[in-house]
Amino acid sequence: MKRIFLLIALLLAIPAQGTTLRWAAQNDILTFDPHSQNHATTLAMLMHVYEGLTRYGKKYEIEPALATGWKQLSPTQWRFSLRRNVRFHDGTPFTADDVVFSFGRIQQPQGTLQVYVAGVKEIRKVDDHTVDFILAGPDPVLLRKIIDFRIMSKAWAEKNRAQNVQDAKAKDETYASRNANGTGAYVLKGWEPDKRLVFAANPAWWDKREGNVTDVIYTPIKSDATRVSALLAGDVDLVTDLPTQDVARLKQNPALRMLEGHEVRTIFIGLDQHNNELQYSDVKGKNPFKDVRVRRALNMAVDREAIKRVTMRGLSIPAAIMVAPGVHGHTEQLDKVSGADPAAARKLIAEAGYPNGFEFTLDCPNNRYVNDEEICQALVGMWAKAGVRVKLNAIPFSTHIPKILKHDTSAYMLGWGVATFDSLYTLQSLVRTKTTGADGSFNCGRVSDAKLDALIDAMKTEMDVKKRDAMIQEALTRVRDEAFYVPLHHQLRPWAMKKNVSTLHRADDRPEARFARVD
Amino acid sequence: MTGLRHGLRAWTRRVWQHDLAWSLRRSPVTVIAAALTLLCIAGALFAPWIAPQNPFDPASLNLNEAFHKPGTPGYPLGSDDQGRDLFSTILYGARISLGVGLAAVLLALILGVSLGLVSGYVGGRLDAFIMRVADVQLSFPAILIALLVDGVARVSLPNHMAGSIAIPVLIFSIGVSGWVQYARTVRGLTLVEREKEYVQAARVIGRRPLAIMLAHVLPNVTGPVLVIGTIHIATAIITEATLSFLGVGVPPTQPSLGTLIRVGNDFLFSGEWWITLFPGCALVILVLSINLLGDWLRDALNPRLR
Repeated sequence: MKRIFLLIALLLAIPAQGTTLRWAAQNDILTFDPHSQNHATTLAMLMHVYEGLTRYGKKYEIEPALATGWKQLSPTQWRFSLRRNVRFHDGTPFTADDVVFSFGRIQQPQGTLQVYVAGVKEIRKVDDHTVDFILAGPDPVLLRKIIDFRIMSKAWAEKNRAQNVQDAKAKDETYASRNANGTGAYVLKGWEPDKRLVFAANPAWWDKREGNVTDVIYTPIKSDATRVSALLAGDVDLVTDLPTQDVARLKQNPALRMLEGHEVRTIFIGLDQHNNELQYSDVKGKNPFKDVRVRRALNMAVDREAIKRVTMRGLSIPAAIMVAPGVHGHTEQLDKVSGADPAAARKLIAEAGYPNGFEFTLDCPNNRYVNDEEICQALVGMWAKAGVRVKLNAIPFSTHIPKILKHDTSAYMLGWGVATFDSLYTLQSLVRTKTTGADGSFNCGRVSDAKLDALIDAMKTEMDVKKRDAMIQEALTRVRDEAFYVPLHHQLRPWAMKKNVSTLHRADDRPEARFARVD
Repeated sequence: MTGLRHGLRAWTRRVWQHDLAWSLRRSPVTVIAAALTLLCIAGALFAPWIAPQNPFDPASLNLNEAFHKPGTPGYPLGSDDQGRDLFSTILYGARISLGVGLAAVLLALILGVSLGLVSGYVGGRLDAFIMRVADVQLSFPAILIALLVDGVARVSLPNHMAGSIAIPVLIFSIGVSGWVQYARTVRGLTLVEREKEYVQAARVIGRRPLAIMLAHVLPNVTGPVLVIGTIHIATAIITEATLSFLGVGVPPTQPSLGTLIRVGNDFLFSGEWWITLFPGCALVILVLSINLLGDWLRDALNPRLR
């Protein structure tokens, strides 16, 4: 009798059958240390395990996560109330000490995520469930910025001697780079680099999952064709990083569902506006890109609709400004693209003193953005019609990025994604005159405009939303009208999945398993 | 005048009755191969006059003309993803492929023949050294050596030169990876020739070694070198295509046949089959006909097979 009871009890204890989401994308993660690498795919995986004080809701509004609420005691002091009864995956309770510990950890110089706590001078523990953020100055986007500031358990890190952030450059391995212990919706079950990554649902999670996915298996598949074939063969349920030319075919497949949406990433061409003579050009003694007429002409000559239709197969939004739809500050009205006019561009370049045109070299990555090299090739042709001869130097992104960061370029292609969904992030990184820190950190052509600098510095600390919005509009308009950059388009990033799978498209290109359903 | 015409006729007759011409006439396959090779060379040579478009001039390209199907007016073989007319691009691409192939063979030939001559004639330690280097190189696949040389050249030369030096680097890497065959063949033949009376006679009358090598030995080893060279042209073209297919060859704004096949490969699944098929066919025809010519030349020059 006793045995039968035991059997019934056992049967009742077995949970309902789990649902697995098999997901494939191009890249593997670099580490499991949440404070080591500012790398899109790594952050997309880590967010399933580690949480921050705030998070994005379905429409990218700020939601409380590990903090339940916050208030400003003064412009530079914010008080966060922490969620009670939250436990890390290993069972240790979450307290203010963990927040203070994680803040010290993310700031270690060998990591690359300090940007997410930039402007925070100190985090003070008030009591076990309250912390104060002391800021260097007022910060209107603090709540968005700290989303990727993820909290790690102090006790766990100390027990496993993982207090120090993994130093990726020194090929360092630590306990925290291979193991994970967060508070998030999923628990890391295993990671075989370049092979697979396995998550299981966290039964003790403080929030409810909207979907029904209990297990996630992520497989990185480098080759485009293999990844698409895996989906067609039914080996995976969800594929991100789709090759554009295959999208139309996949759309027609009745066994698949396509989720279309754009990414908050803008692809553009930057121009050297600092040197008095271009490093890679046949113009001697002056820099044609310092002349606004030349910059405007380069903008005019680009046929963005043709790039969209032919090279991107419809998967782009032609861009006139430097931020994508969905980023705070973007408006349809600002982002209105006018058609290409090579004849007018040629005239403008002649007016600027180059009746026979001129030559320069365009540096272009060939493995980073969707069809990057093909777009550059198309640009060479479009600019040739305006009389400008362009030499194309297409190289892998890993050599491209250090080259342009050293300002060893005359013109370059770059794509800029906006993690904070606010225009300041773009303006500060790309347009603000380069100083130390985040100001002008990716201003590779060294754009420098006193008026814009003043505007950007003002919007960093302006707390009045209306005033700040006006500043953003003014800055974006000025960047467009002075043609400091040549924006090309905002990328569209469709995801393909089997018919029985549904999830929420994310503009940061990070699928979240808590929204996914497999029926 | 009549003398000249008479001379011309006599020359034509001599060529017609020559052993090679006789053997060529007897092999219809070779005649077709020779005709195809000539056609390819002519097409490549006169590309600027034959091709309806100059695909290497970016100003003549129009993105709106991309992905035309074969048979579209003005685009007999269709157009690629940049709006280049495929027929024109194949002609211009063949120009690069043939040019790189010929130049690389010439480099390998000069390098290999001179090393082989010296090795065989001088002998001793120098011979041993050169032959060991050749052995070591033979144990690596040629494509691997070409990739290695290409990679080192790219890293050691400044970045901004990458576009303009791509073709010389390609020629150098293919040439350097192919010298061994020539060197070994020529060395073997030189060893035989060295002992013959005419060489010894030349030595006795006091001719210097260099003069003996060039004036006496070299003309007697050219036959096999010619055969290897012909077949090597085909191999070099394939190597160039492979390197370009792997993305380390010529820049995409001046595509060779290999680059075109790589570009087209991305569009195979999406239905634009012509971008990779036609350049692929052109490559096969070119390489096959040169190979057939080389085979025929080997048989024709071998007296034992006659």
